[in-house]
Amino acid sequence: MAEVLETTLTRKDFVSDQEVRWCPGCGDYAILAAVQKVFPELGVKKENFLIVSGIGCSSRFPYYMDTYGFHSIHGRAPAFASGAKLANPDLSVWIVTGDGDGMSIGGNHLIHVLRRNLDLNILMFNNRIYGLTKGQYSPTSELGKVTKSTPMGSLDHPFNPPSLALGSGATFVARTIDRELKHMASIIKESHSHKGGSFVEIYQNCNIFNDGAFADMTEKETKMETQLILEQGQPMIFGKDKDKGIVLIGSQLTVLQLSEDRNVDDVLVHNSGDKNMARLLAGMTYNGDLPTPIGVLYKEERATYDEMMTAQLQSAIDSKGPGDLDALIKGSNTWTV
Amino acid sequence: MSDQNKTVEELDVVTIRFAGDSGDGMQLTGTQFTDNTALFGNDLSTLPDYPAEIRAPAGSLAGVSSFQLQFSNQEIHTPGDDLDVLVAMNPAALKVHLADLQENGMVMVNTANFSKKNLKLAGYEVSPLEDNTFDNYRLIEVDMTKLVATALENLDMSPKLKARSTNMFALGLLYWLYERDMDSSINFITKKFAKKPEIITANVKALKTGYFYGETIEAIKTTYRVPKAEFSKGTYRNIMGNHAAALGLVAAAEKAGLNLFYGGYPITPASDILHYLANFKNFGIKTFQAEDEIAGVCSAIGASFAGDLAVTASSGPGIALKGEALGLAVMTELPLVVINVQRGGPSTGLPTKTEQSDLFQAMYGRNGECPMVVVAPATPSDCFNVLFEACKIALEHMIPVMVLSDGYVANGSEPWMIPTVDDLPQIKVTKATDPESFMPYSHAEGTVARPWAVPGTPGLEHRIGGLEKEDQTGNVNYDPDNHHYMNLHRQNKVDAIANYIPEAKAYGDDSGELLVLGWGGTHGAIRSSVERAQKAGHSVSHLHLRHINPFPKNLGEVLSNYKKVLIPELNLGQLSTMIRAKFLVDAQGLNKVAGKPFTTTEVYNKILQMVKG
Ligand SMILES: Cc1ncc(C[n+]2csc(CCOP(=O)(O)OP(=O)(O)O)c2C)c(N)n1
Ligand code: SF4
Ligand SMILES: [Mg+2]
Repeated sequence: MAEVLETTLTRKDFVSDQEVRWCPGCGDYAILAAVQKVFPELGVKKENFLIVSGIGCSSRFPYYMDTYGFHSIHGRAPAFASGAKLANPDLSVWIVTGDGDGMSIGGNHLIHVLRRNLDLNILMFNNRIYGLTKGQYSPTSELGKVTKSTPMGSLDHPFNPPSLALGSGATFVARTIDRELKHMASIIKESHSHKGGSFVEIYQNCNIFNDGAFADMTEKETKMETQLILEQGQPMIFGKDKDKGIVLIGSQLTVLQLSEDRNVDDVLVHNSGDKNMARLLAGMTYNGDLPTPIGVLYKEERATYDEMMTAQLQSAIDSKGPGDLDALIKGSNTWTV
Repeated sequence: MSDQNKTVEELDVVTIRFAGDSGDGMQLTGTQFTDNTALFGNDLSTLPDYPAEIRAPAGSLAGVSSFQLQFSNQEIHTPGDDLDVLVAMNPAALKVHLADLQENGMVMVNTANFSKKNLKLAGYEVSPLEDNTFDNYRLIEVDMTKLVATALENLDMSPKLKARSTNMFALGLLYWLYERDMDSSINFITKKFAKKPEIITANVKALKTGYFYGETIEAIKTTYRVPKAEFSKGTYRNIMGNHAAALGLVAAAEKAGLNLFYGGYPITPASDILHYLANFKNFGIKTFQAEDEIAGVCSAIGASFAGDLAVTASSGPGIALKGEALGLAVMTELPLVVINVQRGGPSTGLPTKTEQSDLFQAMYGRNGECPMVVVAPATPSDCFNVLFEACKIALEHMIPVMVLSDGYVANGSEPWMIPTVDDLPQIKVTKATDPESFMPYSHAEGTVARPWAVPGTPGLEHRIGGLEKEDQTGNVNYDPDNHHYMNLHRQNKVDAIANYIPEAKAYGDDSGELLVLGWGGTHGAIRSSVERAQKAGHSVSHLHLRHINPFPKNLGEVLSNYKKVLIPELNLGQLSTMIRAKFLVDAQGLNKVAGKPFTTTEVYNKILQMVKG
């Protein structure tokens, strides 16, 4: 039989035989659907996909994908993924993590994998809650969050994931929403095409323990006012009537009501290569006066850890010659009896 | 100015110790003397001992660093108990080590450092040079610093820099004392400082000054010669434990036809394994210095899943952090080698000192029923064999293996008959390729290995993880009977390895009055004391365990052939507890948790007490 060409892959090829066990209505279903839609289109051989996750509802993800998968331990997925990628740089490695998995117990690994810029993709499902352990507040929950573990409200200030990723030296930082299937698919695709570590925050609704956490960004009535859809080279305008834009006043991003004399030409144009602007855009998170940006906030080309490692191994061979084990064991100071 | 009235005496065995401040270069001096001794042809064993602080206050007791070496014309197993010669570069070194010098032993001191301040730091009210401290010893007082300064007078470098060659003076003096030539060190210095010719000149000059000083002074009338030892035919080198461990890993990777991946985080006394491997990049070895211990082991497990021979190394505190991930490796039945170079515990404990107190941690230190294979090297060169074997077991049985080295074995050194790669056994690795027959959790008969199906292989896409697995399919499974079965399976997988390892055989008679049972780095002290006891006519044998989990199949039978069993350990009785529990044998412990290895005398005295009592 002829070899199956990658282009003939379909969504079905990525559906595993395991029953999906998320709660009905969970945002994770939509993310699974988006990934199953996108994977066949990436030009990667099916056997070269590897999905690594930690622990959490979100981290059950690999079981539902008919690819190589590793459901590891809580928070450590980036470390497993790093080892796998370095063992076999041909793999297309995907990390699926949650806000707790990635930013609490696994925060250290997340920042380091981003700083190193290994060529892999991180999908962080942010539902601003611990789902699997039944609803404690998470490091992205808003201050004062009332949960079982915080009956009087949480006391910790939340992480802003894109800011954290940028601060860690990530070379690709994006955000999308479980309810925006097309947007989500395009961002996942773009994260794949980026050579280097890609960080994608996906706003995900946990309808059991934190229902409606992103309602104002997903409901028809409000979402046009609350979403700022970033597109490379396009002005940052939003609103039902596309009548608002983002301008920079001093060092603050501010909303401009477009009018005759202050029109779209005065509005900032999105350039994902501008790191300072990316920092400001990331800062628009959890800010009541401003819309929340979605799309690719930042993108940069930088040598990846895996290609540098490969190059180092090669240059060692070039300068010393391929390893001669007998000579290595022998060393330079021997005597013979 | 000649040595005409000096005599040469022949000795069978000598123990010397270089001691000084951390900044005095004692470790280098010791390793130089060691290499020279090895090349000369003596059998030898070393014990480096250094403080945990990199720059402990100069001149303080805490800052003393030392290097002990025993060498002989016969086979020896330990760095020696009492010293023949102590070199003390300052009062603190003298204070810490003088008690170990045997009566009438020689002590050389660098008088330049016996200033008021240093004496006070060492806690001397009166200078020991001026009271009766040395009544029972032979004191050689040398102002080494001044002699070196004079010798280097014409060199254009700071006095401070010149003083840094003082250790070479001491080395030269000892070379003279033991009738050695200086070539090995001159070669070393020339290579090491190839880019700094003035440092070469200074060090070589200081070395020679020390040597010629020996010829000149009246105080030492006798030099010593320890004739070559009789070794079996072969080519030898001197090797340290961590170095041998690294070589064992590289050899295993080659014999398995795999790439080696090392993920780890720096920790004393394991870091050197990473340092060595990082220099072997032309062997395709990937070293990954992770952000922490957990990432170190997790990256290794990830690399193992993806098809590399994966290794991590640490010491007790790091192994504690890796515990959860090790459970995952047991659950996912992936090949993994974990090295614990044990140090004094608990907690941060004594980072630079040796101990055997992590045996229970290796055996039981994870949640759930989580058995791991445990093996331990007995001597520095044995680290090569044990690491090679650990890799072989891990790969052929698809199982994680814990190697319990320790600071004494890791940093000690001994002559090693170099194996040739051709003589090493092949490591059989089979990676699954056939989608028709593939079941992620099917198990081979005998080895109980599951198939290694690495990402990138068409048609074998599957998922693994830490949730309980269904037998055969490897799917997540919560069935009570399956869980019970899988727990038995994981235990059985370890137990089955007993069919692949050699049976236990004691050194000495196969039955008798007393069996001394040991494991790991206590080998030398036990073997020496058992030999001494045997020579004295006692019925004593020695069995040293390399395989601790599983034990050799016939261990129970061997134990039953002796009236008494003694288990010396540098812990409070961990192997004893295991042996007593498993074999209902009334084993006696000899236990010491002082951060120091056993002396031969300590074990010997206990043996006498047991055979007589
Ligand atoms: C070592 C360890 N500690 C705690 C847990 C319990 N635990 C499992 S998932 C989780 C939080 C998951 O939250 P998140 O990553 O946001 O995932 P979600 O379920 O929300 O998708 C916790 C605390 C665990 N599995 N392992
Ligand atoms: S608890 Fe929340 S996150 Fe978890 S499956 Fe249910 S809805 Fe989804
Ligand atoms: Mg969550």
